[in-house]
Amino acid sequence: MADQQIQTHSLSNGLTVIVEPMTDVQSAAFSLLIPAGSNYDPPGQPGAAAVLCDWVMRGAGSRDSRQLSNELDNLGLQRNEGVGNSHISFTGASLAENLPQALRLYADIVQRPLLPADQFEAARTGVEQSLRAMEDEPRQKVMVELRSRCYEAPWGIPSEGTLEGVQHLTAPVVERHFRRCAGPHDAILGIAGKIDVAAAMDLAQELFGGWKVLPPAEFVSGPRGPARDHIPHESTQTQIGIAYDSVPYRDPGYYAAWAAVSVLSGGMSSRLFTEVREKRGLCYSVFASLNSLRDVGKILCYAGTTVERAQETLDVTLQELIRLGRGISEDELDRCKARAKSSLIMQQESSSSRASSNARDWYHLGRVTTLDEVRDKIEALTVDTLLAHLAEHPARDFTILTLGPKPLEVNLGVS
Amino acid sequence: MEFHEAQLANGLQIIAERSPSVHSVALGFFVRTGSRDETDEVSGVSHFLEHMAFKGTARHSADDVNRVFDEVGAKYNASTSEEVTLFYAAILPEYLSRSLDLLADIIRPALRQEDFDMEKKVILEEIGMYDDQPTYTAYERLMQTHFAGHPLGHSVLGTTASITALQCEQMRAYHQSRYIGSNIVLAVAGQFDWQTLRDLTEAACAAWPSGTPRRNTAEARPAGGLSLVTKPASLQQHVMQMAPAPPASNPLRYAADILSVIVGDDNGSRIFWDLVDPGFAETAEVGYNEFDGSGAFMSFFSCVPEEAAPNLQRVRKIFDDVNKNGVTDVELAQAKSKVASRIVLRSERPMGRLSSLGHNWVHRNEYRRVEDDLETLRKITLADVRQLLEAYPLVPLTTSTVGPLESLEG
Repeated sequence: MADQQIQTHSLSNGLTVIVEPMTDVQSAAFSLLIPAGSNYDPPGQPGAAAVLCDWVMRGAGSRDSRQLSNELDNLGLQRNEGVGNSHISFTGASLAENLPQALRLYADIVQRPLLPADQFEAARTGVEQSLRAMEDEPRQKVMVELRSRCYEAPWGIPSEGTLEGVQHLTAPVVERHFRRCAGPHDAILGIAGKIDVAAAMDLAQELFGGWKVLPPAEFVSGPRGPARDHIPHESTQTQIGIAYDSVPYRDPGYYAAWAAVSVLSGGMSSRLFTEVREKRGLCYSVFASLNSLRDVGKILCYAGTTVERAQETLDVTLQELIRLGRGISEDELDRCKARAKSSLIMQQESSSSRASSNARDWYHLGRVTTLDEVRDKIEALTVDTLLAHLAEHPARDFTILTLGPKPLEVNLGVS
Repeated sequence: MEFHEAQLANGLQIIAERSPSVHSVALGFFVRTGSRDETDEVSGVSHFLEHMAFKGTARHSADDVNRVFDEVGAKYNASTSEEVTLFYAAILPEYLSRSLDLLADIIRPALRQEDFDMEKKVILEEIGMYDDQPTYTAYERLMQTHFAGHPLGHSVLGTTASITALQCEQMRAYHQSRYIGSNIVLAVAGQFDWQTLRDLTEAACAAWPSGTPRRNTAEARPAGGLSLVTKPASLQQHVMQMAPAPPASNPLRYAADILSVIVGDDNGSRIFWDLVDPGFAETAEVGYNEFDGSGAFMSFFSCVPEEAAPNLQRVRKIFDDVNKNGVTDVELAQAKSKVASRIVLRSERPMGRLSSLGHNWVHRNEYRRVEDDLETLRKITLADVRQLLEAYPLVPLTTSTVGPLESLEG
């Protein structure tokens, strides 16, 4: 399928650089992950990583906030910053000739941010406001709250922080988070696009080779929230979130788990869409997906429906989750394979997809999988592999959260 | 890049841009119909009809439609706006024939009564879902108020009452009058063979009816106003404003687009520095929306309720300053770099090209290469921006807001 020439090199300070040249694009993209994610938020102070993620962009090296922003814009860089459990991620894409200068700016951002004291409050308020906005969006809120009930702390604590936590953050706390975590160990830089591999590797060495090593930060584990819960909310619809155990990306059974959830919710011919929406008209939006942390994976499932039909929606959805383990047809698996094949091929049209996908692979696996390798693994799946996987990881021990005017009953029936 | 165009006897147009370097192909039927073409009695019918396309045809059952698209691994869907209903699929080149045949078939759906009744429930759920989203509510209210008395003020989704009352027979009549050859453009971008594509389209679409559908494209003359929805339980105040801007056919649209980036891009714009960077708003943007015969600048911000009135003042101050003093050379150059890079990145994927191809054709019967877009962008001057602002100044004419406040007065 693809003639991928991916090269990987780990600098002596721990940063891993992954470069994938692409011949058919004019662009280049990067994905830079630094190990300062929300898992390392000081205990009881969720939101430090989220505020850092904003604050760190407010000036770096010799540039103040406005100069930095202007320089990034002059490069036409399409950029994004985000905070996850393990890492803060910086991604960017532009015309290929602008990539080196963009990386120079990001080398300053992650190693030499100004963290200006007079702009801390603006960064903190920005995060607080986005958490308030999320409270007004019940669809988002239910899934964030579901994670905190199905994953143990700190994995389940919202990466964006909590309203209460963010209200009490101070500049020294967030700066300490940066000094403690933002080092090259476990940092990953993925680069893809119309670039010369040797030049990109040399540039990475020049820009990040002197990044000072920090001792790896540690985090404290804690319990998860209740497995059955309801959050009262005045709304037209009731939001339903369901979670149960599966396997993470690094598990040998991952592709079977992926295909199984794809039978449930992969395309519009999938089980949930057909049974819940098409046959019964119970909701507009219903889906399930495989969510992988580094060592744990869960199926997360969502449905949103008006109050009067919420109970039936929950009943039917649970039945479908359980029924999957009882049989899957060859046709269903073939459709999963077809969809996987086309998305693998289409990934080759996007430098951003490749840069991010390679960086993510390194985090989960400590190596990069080629598109051919993924295709072979998917081609090798059979209905029996999927059913054996489901027998080992059945849909049970559900975490169920509802958000809306009225709580629902959990009817698991005879399974 | 090669460009091809052809027209069938019934008026349907095919436009296609071939890119030898990509691995896939995207195709879309752009039907020039949307909520602006509806009467009040059938409010929401265009969008409901878009859903019905996936409920089956004379040749395909509803299950067939989704099954076949999934069998070829298509990324497919449909969307409805005020003026276009789009049915699209991105696929690997070997599945072009099968996908085109199916995509063409579904836009002439069977419209069976029992499917209509079932899908009506889904539409009502969709209305319920958006009802819980303050930004969507604010947008609906803004469009209704700004375009009051004009067809662009019609709601895309319709209301619970209009959808509940809608009859299958009314949808059939609407379909008959709007889904006709001269009202449809098939756009294709990516990897394909032109002769094959032409033959496939002829085979799939030649039997469709012809005719000349009408649309009222008189430029809106908005009077402005305020629409306020108080939701005591909301934490944030969501505010949207609208002002007239150049219509889709007006050459000033390029200046309007660049001005919206300078004033209102989500990063590095005037509104970003004055509202978002200091932490006065969670998000703030200004965009330019083009329609047939009309246009609009739309601004949006979300903030804690006590900042709503001061933020309105801040936006007002930005607008006044831009109207009076224009923008700077530096701002223009920076916005051009951003837009140029967006154009190139978007065009690397067939789906990105499809959208730009189709919309240029639907609005202006015009084909523009990526190079043409970049060239036009390069030539925009400060004088163009000044000319735009004289004709279409930035003004907070119409306002809608959703949140805990009972008034926007500070």
